[in-house]
Amino acid sequence: MKRALWVLAVLLSHWRRHRMQFATLLIGLIAATALWSGVQAINQQARSAYDRAAATFGGVRTATLVAPDTATFPQELFIKLRRAGWPVSPVLEGRVQINGRSIRLLGIEPVTLPVDVGNAPRLGAADLGTFVAAPGQTLVARETLADLHEGEGAAPSISSGARLPPLHVQPQLVPDVLVVDIGVAQRLLNKPNQVSRLLIGKARGKPAALQSIVGDQLQLIEPTAETELERLTDSFHLNLTAFGLLSFFVGLFIVNSAVGLAFEQRLPMLRTLRACGASARLVNTVLVVELVALALVAGLIGLVCGYVIAAALLPDVAASLRGLYGAQIPGHLTLRPEWWLAGVGISVLGAIVAAATSLIKAIRMPVLATAQPRAWQQRQRRWLILQSLAACAVFAVASLLLFYGQSLIAGFGLLAALMLGAALILPAFLEILLLTGQRLARRPLAMWFWADSRQQLSGLSLALMALLLALSVNVGVSTMVETFSRTFVGWLDGRLAADVYISAADNAQGAAIRNWLKDRSEVQAILSGGRAETQVQGQPVELLGLPDHPLYRERWPLLETAPRAWTQLVPGNAAFISEQLSRRLNIRVGDVIEVPAPGGAWELDIVGIYADYGNPKGQLAVNVAALIRQFPQTPQTRIGLIVSRDNIPGLIAALQKQFALDDRAVADQATVKAESIRIFNRTFAVTSALNAFTLGVAGIALLTSLLTLANSRLPQLAPLWAIGITRPRLAAIELTKTLAVALFTSLLAVPLGLLVAWCLIAIVNVKAFGWRLPFHVFPLQLVELVAVALVASLLAALLPVLRLARMQPSSLVKVFANER
Amino acid sequence: MAPSVLRSVELIPSGAQILLSIRNLSKTFTSADEPVHVLRGVDLDLAGGERVALTGESGSGKSTLLHLIAGLDAADGGTIRLEDTEVTRLADAGRAELRRDRIGLVFQQFNLIPSLSVADNLAFQARIAGRHEAAWTRELVERLGLGGLLKRYPEQLSGGQQQRVAIGRALATRPSLLLADEPTGNLDEATADEVLALTRDLVARTGCGFLMVTHSLHLAGTLDRHIVLHAGRIA
Amino acid sequence: MSGDRISRRAFAGGIATLALAHRAKAQGYAGLGETADGFAKVTPGRLFTFPGDHGPHPDFRIEWWYLTANLVDSSGAACGLQWTLFRQAAKPGPQAEGWANQQIWMAHAAVTRADTHRFSEAFARGGIGQAGVAAKPFAAWIDDWEMKGVERTDDRTLSPVTLKASGNDFSYALTLEADRPVVLQGEAGYSRKSERGQASYYYSQPFYRARGTLIVEDIQVEVSGQAWMDREWSSQPLDTDQTGWDWLSLHLSSGAKLMLYRLRQKDGKDHPFGNWISATGETQMIAAGDIRMTPKANADVAGRKLPVEWQIAIPSRSFSISCKPLNPKAWMGTGFSYWEGPISFTGTHDGVGYLELTGY
Repeated sequence: MKRALWVLAVLLSHWRRHRMQFATLLIGLIAATALWSGVQAINQQARSAYDRAAATFGGVRTATLVAPDTATFPQELFIKLRRAGWPVSPVLEGRVQINGRSIRLLGIEPVTLPVDVGNAPRLGAADLGTFVAAPGQTLVARETLADLHEGEGAAPSISSGARLPPLHVQPQLVPDVLVVDIGVAQRLLNKPNQVSRLLIGKARGKPAALQSIVGDQLQLIEPTAETELERLTDSFHLNLTAFGLLSFFVGLFIVNSAVGLAFEQRLPMLRTLRACGASARLVNTVLVVELVALALVAGLIGLVCGYVIAAALLPDVAASLRGLYGAQIPGHLTLRPEWWLAGVGISVLGAIVAAATSLIKAIRMPVLATAQPRAWQQRQRRWLILQSLAACAVFAVASLLLFYGQSLIAGFGLLAALMLGAALILPAFLEILLLTGQRLARRPLAMWFWADSRQQLSGLSLALMALLLALSVNVGVSTMVETFSRTFVGWLDGRLAADVYISAADNAQGAAIRNWLKDRSEVQAILSGGRAETQVQGQPVELLGLPDHPLYRERWPLLETAPRAWTQLVPGNAAFISEQLSRRLNIRVGDVIEVPAPGGAWELDIVGIYADYGNPKGQLAVNVAALIRQFPQTPQTRIGLIVSRDNIPGLIAALQKQFALDDRAVADQATVKAESIRIFNRTFAVTSALNAFTLGVAGIALLTSLLTLANSRLPQLAPLWAIGITRPRLAAIELTKTLAVALFTSLLAVPLGLLVAWCLIAIVNVKAFGWRLPFHVFPLQLVELVAVALVASLLAALLPVLRLARMQPSSLVKVFANER
Repeated sequence: MAPSVLRSVELIPSGAQILLSIRNLSKTFTSADEPVHVLRGVDLDLAGGERVALTGESGSGKSTLLHLIAGLDAADGGTIRLEDTEVTRLADAGRAELRRDRIGLVFQQFNLIPSLSVADNLAFQARIAGRHEAAWTRELVERLGLGGLLKRYPEQLSGGQQQRVAIGRALATRPSLLLADEPTGNLDEATADEVLALTRDLVARTGCGFLMVTHSLHLAGTLDRHIVLHAGRIA
Repeated sequence: MSGDRISRRAFAGGIATLALAHRAKAQGYAGLGETADGFAKVTPGRLFTFPGDHGPHPDFRIEWWYLTANLVDSSGAACGLQWTLFRQAAKPGPQAEGWANQQIWMAHAAVTRADTHRFSEAFARGGIGQAGVAAKPFAAWIDDWEMKGVERTDDRTLSPVTLKASGNDFSYALTLEADRPVVLQGEAGYSRKSERGQASYYYSQPFYRARGTLIVEDIQVEVSGQAWMDREWSSQPLDTDQTGWDWLSLHLSSGAKLMLYRLRQKDGKDHPFGNWISATGETQMIAAGDIRMTPKANADVAGRKLPVEWQIAIPSRSFSISCKPLNPKAWMGTGFSYWEGPISFTGTHDGVGYLELTGY
């Protein structure tokens, strides 16, 4: 043990003399761990929030029985199934309006509620009696209580006039839902003896087949491992994970080059140790221990940084997720011990992987140095060929994914394969470029310039690959975000047809407002809207009621239409379908869709497809009057107004005064638009932040590689100095070389990045969100990114070059004196 | 300790016990084209306390012989016996242990560890061997004249100073056998004489055997015995 | 003592305790000692009428239909089974409709053999039909567990009835027949539980002959033997200082039946009660001073020490037996846990029966 400690002390003494190298190694490990664990922390946080939401008294994690055609079914079926041994528990779901706010109401039956419905908030024993017995309780999350402006114990009334049981905070409950006993829910929703679905628990015995008990009145919905939110947000998290992974690999590039250099420099030390009687096993063990110890330290620091990154990004992530998917994520970070363990684990694992080649070299190292001529040219050629072959294989995989891939994962797989292939082929590509340069060069110094650049290639290629990846992802993501942003703003212009939007507290107020507006001369048109919810093929679908008004015909954006589409909409037997729903259900213009409505199935001809960016739910747009006929419960609270611009502020003020409406209930178009764009911009804030991080890490990779190379390049530069080229000139040549390869790499990153953008827009977005955007290229942005990359390379190259320019001649002379 | 006292201990051990015994040692390297027989049956005995110089032209196998004795490389045939241990039978770990505990090695390149100070370089083999004696190390420092240099790093020393540190490191474990491979090859003549004189003194002080490979017939002449390796055999 | 121990006939306390309470604090056990304010009171001299009294008495706080059977399978191996339906009212007053109904139902089922003990439980709210009891034609059910009469079921004997229940790894179906009327326990059905007036209405049908099938881990066997049903309802059967009880129902090979229990008190004293039922169905109370119940050996079950072997003597009847359990591990690890399993006994008399230990 003592022996090992002494060997360790000797090995560690190296770092004392090479602090920059040590810092590089640590920075690589810290960067890799920090970004990876930061992203993991965010994902974990979001997932646990989804889990909470999903497990709310039996979400999709639990198998359920539903009626195939109707929203609710008689409670009698529940009893029938129980009496046949089916371990079912009834749930009634609906929406109620409290203080003008619509909120989900969930009626549960706590006695039969399966105990294994995920991590559902369980009712405490003592609470059960209070929950069930009159007056009962309304369980609510603390956030929701605050949103409702109510205190604990209050019993607010809903729009029908009935009162909720007293509110009671249940800390684990998800926001935006009220949970009451099923009996209470039936009364509040006016659905006596009706249930929405039955949760299936663990059977005690072997109950009879479903059909033999209830026929085809109910159908089984198998539990899915994924919640709807998870499915919707998958792409978002995959996106984050991809960035995390990218940064992780770039970090490992740094570690790899630092460890490689350290190993080369410590070779004589290792030999001396062995010559002095430290056994190979002892030295190798201590090498591994040293690496693991460093990885542990760096891993812990990385975790702290990761925590900081995650905490900094979380508010944006939460805003994105809320804006995009309506997913509620707590804004403060809570981390599980697994996260810390996994973070340290990944740091150690990454360090070992990055150091593997060096460690294997050390293990195979003979005690006696054998002087072998450095046949770098042959080695480099073999390496280039092998790597190019690997690149071709990866490209082959990419094309398979392109033609046969169906899923979102395949889309990301294609992206990954494209980038990996491009990274692998980069050195060969640069080699060909440099070789061409060398062939064309006539002056001796120029020839040396090209030849020497080629020799440097193997040392720089990892960093250049990192640069290529970071840059192309940047190009891709920026192009996608920009495309999305422009499309979105244009679409929003058309979509927000009315000038003023009003949301009344209830139907009565809605009617009163409409009445009042009739007498206002500045109001050119009153457009009533409405929304209802239903299910088509087991998926939640929103029905949007559109008023019949010329303004809509002119401006409301449609992607595809049948002839006379708007006219067909009026009678109420036709609908437009949102792009994402049309993709999901594979329904096109000319098809017919059957929508379950309270009065029976509602058949709708599809006469148009429209973009519905940012809506996680599928949507059908129908005539509003028809919607109210079919869904009489539809709240008639949404009103749009056409008003000339000058009269807007006055009208809004008058409305607010007359009906005590707050800012949420009445807003002008500009405000709504600004709010939408704000949400939209936050959506990509995280992507941009991670983008910048990744580019930064790639810059560090380049810097460290150049620093690493700088020392080993002295023997190459010293002869040139000896024959009369000044140090500043040498430095200038070095700088030019670095910038040249960085420029080549950046130029290659542009087409690759556009390819990435195309994949994101045409494959990933379509699979993830269900919409396809037009593909635009923004040349100015590309120039900007290349410039940024060059500046980063310049900064990275500057330090070693300055060192070279200032180097004492004696250091260069030493090269000749110390040759081994 | 005064020089006169030193001289009084400077005795060749009587009884001339055999320390190192080499029989029929052979070693072949395979180069790209054909096998090169570097050693072709070397026989050599070295008594405890005996100081032997080994010379021969370039490529005669001097260094190879030294490496085989130190267990840095494995022989193809024949035996090497150091005291009661048959070196040629040891596996890699055993050979490392042998070097650590019973052999001191000095190289032409000094092979100091650049990131360790002189003091640490001096002590580290003894520390790894677990036989670090402060008093003995102090004596070595004094005799090698390294007193003022302990805090310096190898790159701040001259060649002669570096080699003195290397010799100190090799002797810090009180080895049975000191092996030196061209220890003065990188030094000028005066320094070489001085370093070798110091080494001879210290070898006598510890009573270990000393086998030195050298090009210099002059230096070879200052040792007890001079053997010549020619075409892979002792001439 | 903690409230997660329930007495056999002690399904009580708030509904809170019912569904989930493992820690709910209760007086007596599981709230059996709560005051009966607002509920109907148990008084001596009630006249029992059938079939009406086979059905529920919702004005009383608690009630149960409790059946145990001592059986042998076709290979001669002994086994036992339990089927119990408990009713509890969360509050007194008129019965509310639908989900608002204040009744809560709970059931336990178990199968015990020498090598295994399986059990299961069920819960339901009243008012919606998931669980309930009807007097005529007799039916007591919760989910797919049921005890059911037919058109020709005799009101006096409550015979024939069928019985079924199933758990994860067992199920059974029995037909029960008796040729003698039900037997009123205590003083003509008034069963005193303490000197301070705590009492219940209590009658039994100890003369059932049982026949049917039993399936444990998919292996079906034919079984037959004798069964004993207890019916009891009350509003406050136990006093607050009574901590639990040890209860026995014995089928003597002579054809006579014996019901015995002792209520344990916090101060360490206990009150024994007993009824001797002759083979022809005549019942006679046994004086407390004439009952000797002595625990003989403990078993370690579920982290507790339970007196599963007993020495029992009634000197006036020259009755002295020692009882051994068929399976000492007959622990009911249900929401409220207790020990309940078949026993056999030898001595001056021999036979089989059931033992229940609560409040340990």
